[in-house]
Amino acid sequence: MELLSGNEAIAQGAWEAGARIGVAYPGTPSTETLEAFAKKDGVYAEWCVNEKVAVEVGIGASAGGARVLSTMKHVGVNVAADPLFTAAYTGVGGGFVVLAADDPGMYSSQNEQDSHYYACAAHIPMLDPADSAEALAFTRDAFELSERFDVPFFIRSSVRVSHTKTPVEVGPRKEIEPAPYESNPAKWVMMPAFAKPRRKVQLERIEALSAWAETCSYNQVVRRGDKAGVVCAGAVSQHVLEGLPDASVFKLGCTWPLPKKALRSFAESVDALYVVEEASRYLTDAVSALGIDVATFPAPLPRDGELSVGLIRAAFGYPKPAHAPAQKDVPGRPPALCPGCPHRLVFKELSRCKAIVTGDIGCYTLGALPPLSAMDTCVDMGASVSMAHGFELALAGREHRPVVAVIGDSTFAHSGLSSLISMVYNKGAGTVCILDNRTTAMTGRQGNPFNGETLQHRPSRELDMEGVLKALGIEDVRTVDPHDARAVRRALKEATSATDTLSVIVFRAPCVLLERHREPAFEVSSQCTACGVCITLGCPAISKDESTGQALIDRDMCIGCGQCAQYCARGFIVQD
Amino acid sequence: MSSNTKTVLLCGVGGQGTILAADLLARAAEESGLDVKVSEIHGMAQRGGAVTTVVRFGDKVQSMIADLGSADCVVSFETTEALRNLPYVKEGGSLFVNDESIKPLPVATGRASMPEHARERLRDAGAMLIPATELARKAGTTKAANVVLLGALSRALGFPTDVWNRVIAARVPEKYLDVNLEAFKLGASFSAE
Repeated sequence: MELLSGNEAIAQGAWEAGARIGVAYPGTPSTETLEAFAKKDGVYAEWCVNEKVAVEVGIGASAGGARVLSTMKHVGVNVAADPLFTAAYTGVGGGFVVLAADDPGMYSSQNEQDSHYYACAAHIPMLDPADSAEALAFTRDAFELSERFDVPFFIRSSVRVSHTKTPVEVGPRKEIEPAPYESNPAKWVMMPAFAKPRRKVQLERIEALSAWAETCSYNQVVRRGDKAGVVCAGAVSQHVLEGLPDASVFKLGCTWPLPKKALRSFAESVDALYVVEEASRYLTDAVSALGIDVATFPAPLPRDGELSVGLIRAAFGYPKPAHAPAQKDVPGRPPALCPGCPHRLVFKELSRCKAIVTGDIGCYTLGALPPLSAMDTCVDMGASVSMAHGFELALAGREHRPVVAVIGDSTFAHSGLSSLISMVYNKGAGTVCILDNRTTAMTGRQGNPFNGETLQHRPSRELDMEGVLKALGIEDVRTVDPHDARAVRRALKEATSATDTLSVIVFRAPCVLLERHREPAFEVSSQCTACGVCITLGCPAISKDESTGQALIDRDMCIGCGQCAQYCARGFIVQD
Repeated sequence: MSSNTKTVLLCGVGGQGTILAADLLARAAEESGLDVKVSEIHGMAQRGGAVTTVVRFGDKVQSMIADLGSADCVVSFETTEALRNLPYVKEGGSLFVNDESIKPLPVATGRASMPEHARERLRDAGAMLIPATELARKAGTTKAANVVLLGALSRALGFPTDVWNRVIAARVPEKYLDVNLEAFKLGASFSAE
């Protein structure tokens, strides 16, 4: 037995099934899956620029006969939805399995959308493991099922499946000869003339899948009495099995298509049938649509956030365990930009110039938090650039604060680039800051086109960012060292004062977690006037002495970047 | 049912080594023939945020989440996080706390204050305050404070010492092994006093 996370187990399952190709864009909680897969023998794995591209590479590789794994977080499925919906028409060559990793409770995401709806909407079957052993088995089997039913298969996990380690029995790899490819436009060219017959194929396939779901061994009934029955899936089923010891449980391992007959007969076997799920009402509505009366909980079950044994028991009227009250005076401990983070001064200066800052997805979203508080919006990957353009359109002709988009290098490659092309094409004005820290930092420092590193360390080359920007016809492109406060201030001032042009500033310096380079620490002299300016940088190494108000630098945390010293007007912050 | 399932919640600040401690604990449970689940929330861990990892073990473990009032043991690597997670300790449960405070950013920037009388309140709640960093230094490196805390916790769990020694040896690089074994021992003896 080995203790594997759900993500590691999915990678193992794909490997055991003979998957040869893995494609993804990193995103919590899915990231480690492809990283684990990439380390296995006999596989090719790559980071793609975004999830849509990854799925398209995957469809191509599947058409070419290989078994393919593609992994993404739930919001990545939005990006990949376009090819996925039509891949459910074309079907597959080699088995094609797509991980959709959901984040109920939003530990690391901008929303808690439920990927089950995609399975249902795209007619792509979905398997829902509840622990790592199931994650391995379901993924392994999904490749064969994908080939048998000629359709991609979804594996759906949540943060509690992906990031929970549980015991797993690993097995050997089954070597699969890639299927030969022969041209077949009626299957692969989805123009109307060919798509119409494929739609009929899809409808017949749904029938076949529905029949298979009725006897699918991944759906399990645990009989524990006939009063209450609970339908559930994934991590939630673990809470239900533990928390409601007297309830019979229908644990769904396949959440689309549903085993309609089996669910109806389960419902008939109990006095009251409940559906317990988190983050949406997908299952509740789907079970109700079968004509089953879904009972109301004795007490309300939260509609948002993550469920737990305690929350489920409370909904069924069990008393809550006694515990100490929440300690109200405990200060929050939000994450913060690291000491020496190259993003810090950009946000400090954006806050000084009172810009409307459209933000994006990455570590730098932390620039929204106090004391920097320098972000107005954050919606989705790449939105900073397009939303800045929208702001400029709405504010045109009115006196307004400068509009500045802030986007990281990896996010820029993901989808910011297409937003920027659209902005250039439409003669958009404003300022775009690309925070190029040479890595995809938030998800654990993965490669991307602008640092030229690849997942399996194959030689590649860095995309020339300034070259790309100039080729787009952007005249005002400048490269600035983000550790130099004066240079950052000047660049932002010049760019934002030219109100009718588009300026792009590339702030380039490596993420401090890449090389963990340290210079001697700085310290604050006893002459500190307690002005508090350095505190407003929000560096975790700097704190305010509660009695004197003077600044203090934690020598262990300080990496000697010298950002703060540039803000000490009297020069009282000095290096050892 | 999972009536003999034990729940240990480890909490602290990103970078303090909660994940290694949780991993060692899980392996000790596994070595003892128990089912085990380790649930961690990462992603923001390196950015100094509050982190928690839950380890559950027993004959058959189901849920991977700890509820309020459900943890047999809470091990906190820092006093403020211990107060934050106090409601997770179940009635009659134990609380092991590294006697050390790390100011969160809102406090460091003067927008919030540290909780008053944290140590006294923790003691009143039955916590054992452990000078883990000092004991780790005595063992050879302050970096082994997490293993000191694990040693202190071990007294409440009942896995034999040789199981702990085996899992530490399997997980810790050889040149740090003696230091870590010593750190574990110091934590265990502190807890026994």
